[in-house]
Amino acid sequence: MQSGTRTVFPFSAIVGQEEMKLALICAAVDPSIGGVLVFGDRGTGKSTAIRALAALLPPMRAVVGCSYACDPAEPDAWCVECRERAALGTLKERSIPVPVVDMPLGVTEDRVVGALDLERALSQGVKAFEPGLLARANRGFLYIDEVNLLEDHLVDLLIDVAASGENLVEREGLSLRHPARFVLIGSGNPEEGELRPQLLDRFGLSVEIKTPDRLDERVEVVKRRDEFERGKAEFVAKWKKPDAALRRRIVAARKRVGSMATPDAVLESAARLCMQLGTDGLRAELTLIRAARALASFDQAEAVAVAHLRRIAAPALRHRLRRDPLDESGSSARIDRAVHEALEA
Amino acid sequence: MSPAEDAALAAALFAVDPAGLGGVCLHSLVQPARTQWLEMLRDLLPRDVPVRRIPFNIGDGGLLGGLDLTATLAANRPIAERGALAATDGGVVMLCMAERLSPHTAACLNAVLDCGAVITQRDGVLICDRARLGVVAQDESMDEERVPASLLDRLAFLVDLNGFDLRTPLPPLHDREQVRSARSLLPRVQIGDALIEALCGTGLALGAGSVRVSLLAVRAARAMAALDGRSRVGTEDAVEAGRLVFAPRATRMPQPAPKEEGNDAQPGETGASPDAAREDQPAPPSSPAEDRGDNAAHEELPGADRELLPGADDVILAATQAAIPPGLLARLRSEAGARRGAAVPGRAGLLRAGGQRGRPAGTQVGASRGHVRLNVMETLRAAAPWQRLRGRTVGSNARLMVVPGDFRVTRYLERSQTLTIFAVDASGSSALHRLAEAKGAVEMLLAECYVRRDLVAVITFRGRRADLLLPPTRSLVRAKRNLAGLPGGGGTPLASAIDCAALLGGQALRRGETPLLVMLTDGRANVALDGSGGREAAHADALLAARRLQRLRMAALFIDTSPLPSPPAADIAAAMGANYLPLPFADARVLSGVVSAATARSGR
Repeated sequence: MQSGTRTVFPFSAIVGQEEMKLALICAAVDPSIGGVLVFGDRGTGKSTAIRALAALLPPMRAVVGCSYACDPAEPDAWCVECRERAALGTLKERSIPVPVVDMPLGVTEDRVVGALDLERALSQGVKAFEPGLLARANRGFLYIDEVNLLEDHLVDLLIDVAASGENLVEREGLSLRHPARFVLIGSGNPEEGELRPQLLDRFGLSVEIKTPDRLDERVEVVKRRDEFERGKAEFVAKWKKPDAALRRRIVAARKRVGSMATPDAVLESAARLCMQLGTDGLRAELTLIRAARALASFDQAEAVAVAHLRRIAAPALRHRLRRDPLDESGSSARIDRAVHEALEA
Repeated sequence: MSPAEDAALAAALFAVDPAGLGGVCLHSLVQPARTQWLEMLRDLLPRDVPVRRIPFNIGDGGLLGGLDLTATLAANRPIAERGALAATDGGVVMLCMAERLSPHTAACLNAVLDCGAVITQRDGVLICDRARLGVVAQDESMDEERVPASLLDRLAFLVDLNGFDLRTPLPPLHDREQVRSARSLLPRVQIGDALIEALCGTGLALGAGSVRVSLLAVRAARAMAALDGRSRVGTEDAVEAGRLVFAPRATRMPQPAPKEEGNDAQPGETGASPDAAREDQPAPPSSPAEDRGDNAAHEELPGADRELLPGADDVILAATQAAIPPGLLARLRSEAGARRGAAVPGRAGLLRAGGQRGRPAGTQVGASRGHVRLNVMETLRAAAPWQRLRGRTVGSNARLMVVPGDFRVTRYLERSQTLTIFAVDASGSSALHRLAEAKGAVEMLLAECYVRRDLVAVITFRGRRADLLLPPTRSLVRAKRNLAGLPGGGGTPLASAIDCAALLGGQALRRGETPLLVMLTDGRANVALDGSGGREAAHADALLAARRLQRLRMAALFIDTSPLPSPPAADIAAAMGANYLPLPFADARVLSGVVSAATARSGR
């Protein structure tokens, strides 16, 4: 389950799909952007990219023995146990890999929210809580493949937790709450079903990917995949350097993103763009600015510029447009038009 | 090569590398040809390779594994049970009635095919089992049902056994010994860049699937070379692979590419590859003497590779193109891609199994079977008070005593799905702008429906018959695409349309859905059921069809689109038991409003 136990395809070795890679990197730089939705054709490396991102991320500091991997530097977000540990002075910390938790389709609700610890209940008669996937995903990534096929009651659950950052457990005589802040990453194929609008809104960025139609790109994909499968260790070693360089850039961007200057002119442009598109509420604008900030930090720019807005506008706004079934042009085309009108002027 | 030989070759290649090639989709009804093919595969697979049948309606627990209740209760701690996939590691899974596979089960299977392992969390246990396997998906579909496209994308070969001569047996081209030696040779088989490029180019030119399919073709070429006992893929291997993998998936004929002089640059570009290949080919082919066919010649000569390769892409493309089943492209065009990517019909099995979706609503007494999952906690809770009476002494290590009466399963409340069936008159008598309005109404309704997770289907009728333009779906993407290409003009075969709607509605009722029919027509039938013209016969047929539909007792709405409300339309509506709404000036928004109101009344 933990992605580290398997050899994964290196992130830098993924051919093309620049928008998806950019969105994932932005989400890694600033988790508050709120997750990435990757919708597109079959066989375009959606899952590969997301699993590769896990291997790329630098480790983080966490409290030893904490089921939710609380951050020692952030007492406000501590769970009940960590507060007790701190009071008793037994709080220790260590480095752990950023959790990337797969939420498989066949998952049962008890595994997602957590449940009564069956082993201890059976053998000792103790009522103890066994944390679920939401607990393990805290401070990391929660990845749902085929998110559009997820069962309704699980979707409801996710919508609630993703909004509050907290998991409330009321089941089997247990009653507790614990932190569950994670970056939601979903992927799916739109032909197999649509996503509920409420869940759609929880994703900060949304990416559309298509099967590459250029021969050289397809050949390169097939070659690299083939090479990887025939000698995983050698292939990973070969791409170690580019992956490490990318990791350093992400780490540096994370440090910089908090203090990134955002000129008023850029804020105005963002507002103009959102008004032009008629997006609902402020969430669109906030996400757009945050994503542009993350992108600017990753680009090692001095300040956010209109060029950053332009590059990230489509993923930040695409899924927030009001649906107009009679408009034949897709959302991407509408955004392109609006970007042209609002930002080039 | 004949189709029968191709089918046999696919079996042999799959036997060489089941996990690498993903699998075979075997399209056929139960008949001797399929039995023969499966027997042939079994004869080709080494004896120690596990083969296991899986029913289409397998539960997640059976497929992926879960809590082994008996062992868990005996040991007093959770013990995981391996699922069917993990138990078939290294082998082949036979998936029966694959067209009935639910998208959910298909997605679970896909994840396992991608990872080569079962990795999940169920019933409080972490499951992480190796499961490198190949799938034989037995597709018995006849009508709208299809094997989920996401699964087909992962299977190398699509073999159609329908229409095979029943008397002539499939020709076995290889034997188990050849497969065995090919298996050991396979890891050493090399393929040049130029051939990879040629295969990818063929896939692209024919619009045959995703990049994943091209990768499968490369692996098939490797298996082909291994089967012939060579450690380097030759052009003829790639030709065979391209034909088997791409031809059944072709969606277009290649565009005659502007052959610029740049084609000559290719040998220079790829010139490095034969050298590289010679470097990593220290081991000579294991038994060149034995396989001294005409193909061994250019394989031995380093220079020959270079000479042959520039034309390889053309050769592969031509061979693949020649193997495209006759009529495939024409059929695809007429369907306007409607069926490709049709994964939704598979919902049927999921819903009929019932009782496992929706919101949990308490528990009830009952045993765990099929899709119904045992609620372990409630079962234990039910058993707990009786332990003393059943003879379990406190503190002893004796087993927990659970009797069948303790079993509890979770009840789920499932909101009944609403399926709105639009039957749209696209005949000449319905003015063309009506059609545009009907399209608009369907799209608008769909946009609303998908919030409520309702399904929409569209039947159109014109000329001689009615067509299912859009099978029940929730997807706005598909709806838009299919509606965009809707043509108009011709006669009004009202009776066929009503029959078609009745069929669809009946299916929905059997799945436990609530169908609602919305007919948009002027009611002026002029084509009878048998396709002949004549207003009177057509009207009589339509009335009969309407009465047949009425017996289903499904809610219906008859929207008369003619400029002046007409008595024949009202008669048919009455026979159907439908609400009759003359709406001569209805536009998309009005229609959608009326239908929403009707849904609210009929649904829940």
